[in-house]
Amino acid sequence: MAPVGMPHLLGLAGVLFFIGVLGMLTRRNALTVFMGLELQLNAVNLVLVTAARHWHNLDGQVLAFFVIAVAAVEVAVGLSILIAVQRVRDTVNVDDLSALSE
Amino acid sequence: MTSPLFPRIDAAAMASLLPFLVFVVGGLLVLLVDALAGKRRLPWAWIAAPVPVVALLAAAVRLGAVSGLTPRPTAFGGQFVEDAFGLYVTVVIALATLSAVVLSDVFLRRMDRYRGDYFALLLFSAGGMCLFSSSTELLSLFLGLELLSIPVYILSGFFRRSLESVEAAMKYFLLGAFSSALFLLGGALVYAGTGSTDLAVALRGGFQPGASGLVLAGGLLLLTGFLFKTAAVPFHMWTPDVYEGAPTAVTAFMAAAVKAAAFGALARALVVAGPSGVPTAAAGFLWWVAVLTMTVGNLAALGQQNIKRMLAYSSIAHAGYMMVGLAVFAATGARELLAAVLFYLLGYALMNLGAFAVVILWGGEKEEHLEISDLAGMGWKSPTAAVALALFMISLAGIPPTGGFFGKYLLFRGAVTQGFVPLVVIAVLNSAVSVYYYFRVLVALYMRPATRPMEYAPSVAAGAVIALCALGVLVLGILPDGLVPGMPSSLIGLVREAVAAVR
Repeated sequence: MAPVGMPHLLGLAGVLFFIGVLGMLTRRNALTVFMGLELQLNAVNLVLVTAARHWHNLDGQVLAFFVIAVAAVEVAVGLSILIAVQRVRDTVNVDDLSALSE
Repeated sequence: MTSPLFPRIDAAAMASLLPFLVFVVGGLLVLLVDALAGKRRLPWAWIAAPVPVVALLAAAVRLGAVSGLTPRPTAFGGQFVEDAFGLYVTVVIALATLSAVVLSDVFLRRMDRYRGDYFALLLFSAGGMCLFSSSTELLSLFLGLELLSIPVYILSGFFRRSLESVEAAMKYFLLGAFSSALFLLGGALVYAGTGSTDLAVALRGGFQPGASGLVLAGGLLLLTGFLFKTAAVPFHMWTPDVYEGAPTAVTAFMAAAVKAAAFGALARALVVAGPSGVPTAAAGFLWWVAVLTMTVGNLAALGQQNIKRMLAYSSIAHAGYMMVGLAVFAATGARELLAAVLFYLLGYALMNLGAFAVVILWGGEKEEHLEISDLAGMGWKSPTAAVALALFMISLAGIPPTGGFFGKYLLFRGAVTQGFVPLVVIAVLNSAVSVYYYFRVLVALYMRPATRPMEYAPSVAAGAVIALCALGVLVLGILPDGLVPGMPSSLIGLVREAVAAVR
């Protein structure tokens, strides 16, 4: 059996990212959309650590830590916006956000 | 990162970071004062306003000093590069931040949301912009992008009882976070394909014949991330909703500063990628992006009644004009076009800030719903501000003697010289179309009877911003070549020097 290498891991990351994109595009509940977003960022982290291992340098691993931190910040801000929307609109369905369309 | 793991941060590195540090430390100080002040209401705008002023002075001083320095100053082990290009963009950002802070004073008092954290967020975002436009390293580009975006998401939703405001924040957050994820994936793929997180190293080596598909896909995703932030078609859908729903002072900040930082970073990335790093297909793609951005922005602006929405579509159209410069540069490598883009950025920032300042001055509590027909008769009721608004509209339409005209002239002349005649013909036709909706504002101001003229409270702060922007637009239009007597070089010379400094 061939050892797991960069192509396999990159393929897995690609699949994860694609699932994340699908989740963002097809789900209506904002919370599920956030989960899609998180999945995308974690797919990127997988690419980063895979590449770091492949090239034998630490740049990707360092970057992955920053991505984890920034993802936490994004979720914190996103959830607060979500709560603000919930308070005003009584819904977190993103399709209902239509006050600004013509 | 070819640098050692723990780069030394010495005095020279600190000096090169000066404008960035001023913004970030200034923001932290405002937060600290906010925490100590408790419930007391302090004049937050006047506490925050010195920060962009100091950053502006710091950038101007460094701009004078940096050209002779070899090797060029860097910080964080090469993650942050100080050169005339980044400092010029920083000057534009600092001007826009200063205007946004002053306008917010008028605006937030009226809406009864006058709080310190708002101003801290503005300053943090400006710091992120400095970082974003001064780097080619993936890590600092990503951190800069997030530091500039996340505060703006919060600011868009700052009126959290307003349906429009929170909706704008939600839309901006979702699309912004998605574009950041695409940008990051692009950078990660480029790294996976080349082993370097420095775009200057990675892309230069990447697109030679036999380049791996990873680098190509990564480069395109990076480009997508940049195009989202510049609000270029087909990544512009969020712009009208967010510009209309966000507090107007924040909209002015987004239109001027965020766009300047995004164009600065994209232009720098295109330069360091070099001719071998920008494949012909990408240059052709940018050509189409420029054409679509101009055309879609202008056509959509034609039918708008709401002023903020009209200005949002007009900002998309202007992104298209600047994209002309980037597309021609990507195809030919002519740096003259990038100098024109830098010149345009300053003029564009001034005329937009001015126009939004007038909207804030007149808008009252219903400014989100201010329509062009509401302006009827304001030319006689508020003559000075009306003249300024007329000047900004003339400049946006690209008519002399204004900065908007001269910026377009430089861009289009450069593109024609490089043989891009069809592109320039499309751009000129677009400019002609745009005259229609800008002049509707003039018609409303001066030629419509005032059925129910708006009541508004005069404001010295808003008036000062309007006057400075009007002066700047005129100076850029009349004296672009010999700016202020005593200044070392003209503005055109300055932008040329700035573009030449990028390596």
